[in-house]
Amino acid sequence: MFNYLIKRLLSTIPVLIGISLLLFFMLRMLPGDPAQVLAGQMATPQEIENIRHQLGLDRPIYEQYAVYMSHLVRFDLGRSARTQNPVTVEIWARLPNTILLAVVAITLACLFGIPAGIISAVRPYSWIDYLVTMSALFGISMPVFWLGLMLGQHVILPSFTLAAFVVAFIARMTRSTMLETLSQDFTTTARSKGLKEKVVVVKHALKNALIPIITVVGLQFGSLLAGAVLTETVFAWPGLGRLLYDSISARDYPMIQGVILIFGLLYIFVNLVVDFIYAFVDPRIRYD
Amino acid sequence: MTEIKENPVCHPVQRVAENRFRRVWAKLKRNKAALVGAFLILVYVLSAFTAPVLFPGNPSAPNLIKSLESPTFRDPLGTDELGRSILGRIIYGSRISLIIAVGVVLVGIVFGIPLGLISGYYGGKIDFGIQRITDTMLAFPGFLLALALVSVLGVGVKNTVISIGISMVPLYIRLVRGCVLSVRQEDYVEAARAVGTRDVVILARHILPNVMVPITVQTSLSMGTAILFAAGLGFLGIGVQPPTPEWGAMLGSARSYLFNAPHVATFPGIAIFLAVLSFNLLGDGLRDALDPRFKI
Repeated sequence: MFNYLIKRLLSTIPVLIGISLLLFFMLRMLPGDPAQVLAGQMATPQEIENIRHQLGLDRPIYEQYAVYMSHLVRFDLGRSARTQNPVTVEIWARLPNTILLAVVAITLACLFGIPAGIISAVRPYSWIDYLVTMSALFGISMPVFWLGLMLGQHVILPSFTLAAFVVAFIARMTRSTMLETLSQDFTTTARSKGLKEKVVVVKHALKNALIPIITVVGLQFGSLLAGAVLTETVFAWPGLGRLLYDSISARDYPMIQGVILIFGLLYIFVNLVVDFIYAFVDPRIRYD
Repeated sequence: MTEIKENPVCHPVQRVAENRFRRVWAKLKRNKAALVGAFLILVYVLSAFTAPVLFPGNPSAPNLIKSLESPTFRDPLGTDELGRSILGRIIYGSRISLIIAVGVVLVGIVFGIPLGLISGYYGGKIDFGIQRITDTMLAFPGFLLALALVSVLGVGVKNTVISIGISMVPLYIRLVRGCVLSVRQEDYVEAARAVGTRDVVILARHILPNVMVPITVQTSLSMGTAILFAAGLGFLGIGVQPPTPEWGAMLGSARSYLFNAPHVATFPGIAIFLAVLSFNLLGDGLRDALDPRFKI
């Protein structure tokens, strides 16, 4: 088990390097010359050259990447072009708000989505199943930002708006995996032993359906982060999403990169946690 | 262990294609939700093609005297802050949204299918390289990746298509690669290889047909997602720019008038919702009809 955890942790390293490369080249792909922008319209070629030297832009690309990485591993993401504050400070200040929003939303989504999925799997093709399935499709197709606009501006609503999207996925996944486990031999055995239906559904079918459900909850956490950009903008919620929106509007590239990096890290972290939970939930999983 | 069944199962090639089509159609016909989806898509497509007939005149020309009017007989959905017909803008908006949706899935298919085929068929170092790039891209939720790309590329229809399209490529790569892995060892592939068929021919004639079912389903669902993403970018002001009648951008500018003229935000939202819903309904129906083992 311990070996597995280590292995799994190490496997995130290539992804982290990939993300750093992606962000680094995003910076290079920016239209315009950053030295020219910093120097202003009136600068002489010599001044621009000086700034280029200061920024290290005259060095070979691999050296620039090395410098960028050495800053990155020290959590130095540069300064915001808009406020001049260090990017990490601003992100750190907003992070709890977004996490709060996401955690409340995912909790709400599980509270509604899992029972809805179970009910519709226990009574497949009944009116209640159709109701759940249709509501789920409606939820998936709903533009979160529009729902936010329509719902108005209250405190619980950002979470509710975000949850509406995720609840649909969770309900669908719960339904389809429960349908499968409910038709398997061990469920039939449990029933023929004379166990109560409730026990069969919860202790036997649900327990075995948990892994895909946990997977989808983890993956949906990512959608929540993406949805947060839209939802936080609609509700003026002071989180990372709103920060990203403001930074994009102001073309504040160091901040944009920083926030996107943090979103990526959060997502990887959640998926890591999900993988660890598998090992605890399912005794058959022994990663050697 | 219960497997995750999000990927539709890949089918072996069936020579009786016509029969198969009939069977799928018969199943699809019974699925009312999918039919409603298909019908709505047809309505959107028709209104996109006949927009100038349905709504003569320029949908972006301001008419300030009629600013923020409630729905009337002349303007069934009312007018926006510049006095433009919201119905007219929604009709023209279906052009933009469909163009974006088609463009996005084309980008996904053109890059995703070949890369997925190569990755799954050849394996080894090429596979490893492609998969690490895919991992990195999938480390970001799709909308965030599109957002990041568009913040670099800039606004507009073309850049919206490129950004969302690129964010879809890894999904196609994964889907195709998974299917290739499951059929690569099949006897008919081995047989083709044994008689010296070239790799390109094996990939195109023996492997690609197996991928078509999941690709069809994925494409219908991706069109819905593309419309939703594009509307999100438009709403944030970094996608398609006003005065182009794009649904998300319409919602974005309607935010300021939410309290005195709620209809301005209501109808573009409904247009987005129904468009996305119809692609999701059709996609779900197709999945059920094409894959008897998969039920959702």
